[in-house]
Amino acid sequence: MIEVEGVDFYYGKSKALHNISLKIPAKQVTAFIGPSGCGKSTLLRCFNRMNDLIDGARIGAGELRIQGVNIYDPQVDVIALRRQVGMVFQKSNPFPKSIYQNVSYGLELQGIADKKRLDAAVEKSLRGAALWDEVKDRLHSSALGLSGGQQQRLCIARAIAVEPSVILMDEPCSALDPIATSKVEELIQELKKDYTIVIVTHSMQQAGRCSDLTAFFYIGKLIEVDATQKIFTQPANQQTEDYITGRFG
Amino acid sequence: MQHSIGSHPFTTPPIGAARTEKNAFQVFRIATYCILLAATLIFGIIFSKGAQTIFVREFPFVNVAFLTQSPETLHVFEHEGQPHELGDREFRAYMEKRGNPSVKEESYVYSAGGIFPCIVGTFFLVVGSMTIALVVGISAAVFLNEYSRGGPVVELLRLAILNLAGVPSIVFGLFGFGLFVLFAPVFAAAPEAGHVSLPLGFCYLNFTGWGVSLLSGWFTLAFMVLPVVITASEESLKAVPKGFRDGSLALGATQWEAIRTNVLPYALPGILTSSILGIARVAGETAPIMFTAAYVVRDRLPWQVDKAVDVLFQGVMALPYHIYVVSSKIPQNEYTERVQFGTAFVFLAVVLSIALSSVILRNRMRARYRW
Repeated sequence: MIEVEGVDFYYGKSKALHNISLKIPAKQVTAFIGPSGCGKSTLLRCFNRMNDLIDGARIGAGELRIQGVNIYDPQVDVIALRRQVGMVFQKSNPFPKSIYQNVSYGLELQGIADKKRLDAAVEKSLRGAALWDEVKDRLHSSALGLSGGQQQRLCIARAIAVEPSVILMDEPCSALDPIATSKVEELIQELKKDYTIVIVTHSMQQAGRCSDLTAFFYIGKLIEVDATQKIFTQPANQQTEDYITGRFG
Repeated sequence: MQHSIGSHPFTTPPIGAARTEKNAFQVFRIATYCILLAATLIFGIIFSKGAQTIFVREFPFVNVAFLTQSPETLHVFEHEGQPHELGDREFRAYMEKRGNPSVKEESYVYSAGGIFPCIVGTFFLVVGSMTIALVVGISAAVFLNEYSRGGPVVELLRLAILNLAGVPSIVFGLFGFGLFVLFAPVFAAAPEAGHVSLPLGFCYLNFTGWGVSLLSGWFTLAFMVLPVVITASEESLKAVPKGFRDGSLALGATQWEAIRTNVLPYALPGILTSSILGIARVAGETAPIMFTAAYVVRDRLPWQVDKAVDVLFQGVMALPYHIYVVSSKIPQNEYTERVQFGTAFVFLAVVLSIALSSVILRNRMRARYRW
């Protein structure tokens, strides 16, 4: 689904990613783990080109392909790319509109104005994010009135409303309590039936619980990538083992 | 172990620094009260003296004539033992009715009638210039805050905006005179001799200027208030959290869509607050409109024109300019004093009402776009 080949990434003059190569399979959950500043969020933001918004951020070498298409090709429309590759941010950022308007925002951007269609899409997305039962009676109340976990699930609903093929999640549970976290993790297991999910996480337990494939990054380099079971029980690399057992990071 | 309260370390009498602090607070307090005193004096004198002109004892308790008529000359005379003070029209009617007797009368310019054209003129000037200032100012703020990438050109832009804020208003008046009154482009069928003329195929663009007109006044006043609007708009845009923009962009919005739907609506209350300051300034400045838009007296109201487009190309009377004319261009006496204070009173009331409507609009927007 996503192929990274020999990618170097620079923020201005400093090199953030060194020669990253990995393949992310479709309809599975891939986790990026590693200590702070190792480049996992940088790589994640490359997939939907959110790094373009940062001055001086650029790819130095290599290719990034999603569904076979090099996404940094000048002919690629960034807007269309971002509709296919959705993102959920670390700090949930529901818009200060109603719950309904939050979820329908992405569709309204595409010009869809038919109320019936929007109603159906909103319900489908909220059900898909396991939030429908909790909010179906107050769709038109402000999204800011939801709890932290509900807000993050609303952001997930918002992301899946535009029907992407990939969902990128940048530490989605870091601001949530354990119960909300477990709800989101259950949701991720449901979502992977329909979407390819890439999740950046600081919690190794979360990576172990949620993901099928795990990639370990350290100071901008990809140290090891393998099936989750194997990485957590028999890591091939000493650094990986040190990180997983908590000797550093 | 009990200490007597007198010798306890927490109750030692104030020494040195503490006493200085007390004195400093007194100075601050007095300074603040002086400001309050000045404001009270200014508003108090204007309201009390102006009220003599504006309010009358009978119903409807307001001097409607003063607010709805044009300025006239006041004729003060004695006839048949009775002193009379009549405006132009009433004086003529009085004279005709009595077969034009010769009376010794003194006439005082602008001291009768009302100031309706001035109220209307100021209103038109404020609304037009604030619209231009807001449109241009918000666009500039969006460009500077959302699109520009820094660098020497943008720094020069910011410096220019800052400098614009320090230009004296009389200089703005001269600038407006030179650029808009004398040199602004006008569409015409044929080129004008002695002026720059651009052929456009189907017509000509003659740089003959707009003359003393609403358009010239609007642009001059708009440029004067632009730095305030740009600065306040930028601050309001910066206050909107970055997460709103990121969230919109991640859903496939273009940058302008993200700004239009998810940033600007939430920045508008702050922008409108700054416009209140701009309104007071625009309504009150005399120097910029002296050469560009204001007539001392004009017998037609802004909507009494032959062609609709003429509305833009006519000058108007304005409240601050009227105060200036009545106070310094004609001899002073008790009759002109009435007009002066009445005009000042009305002027304050007009600015207050425009500012109030801006506040109401801002509160409505705040309630609707709460974040």
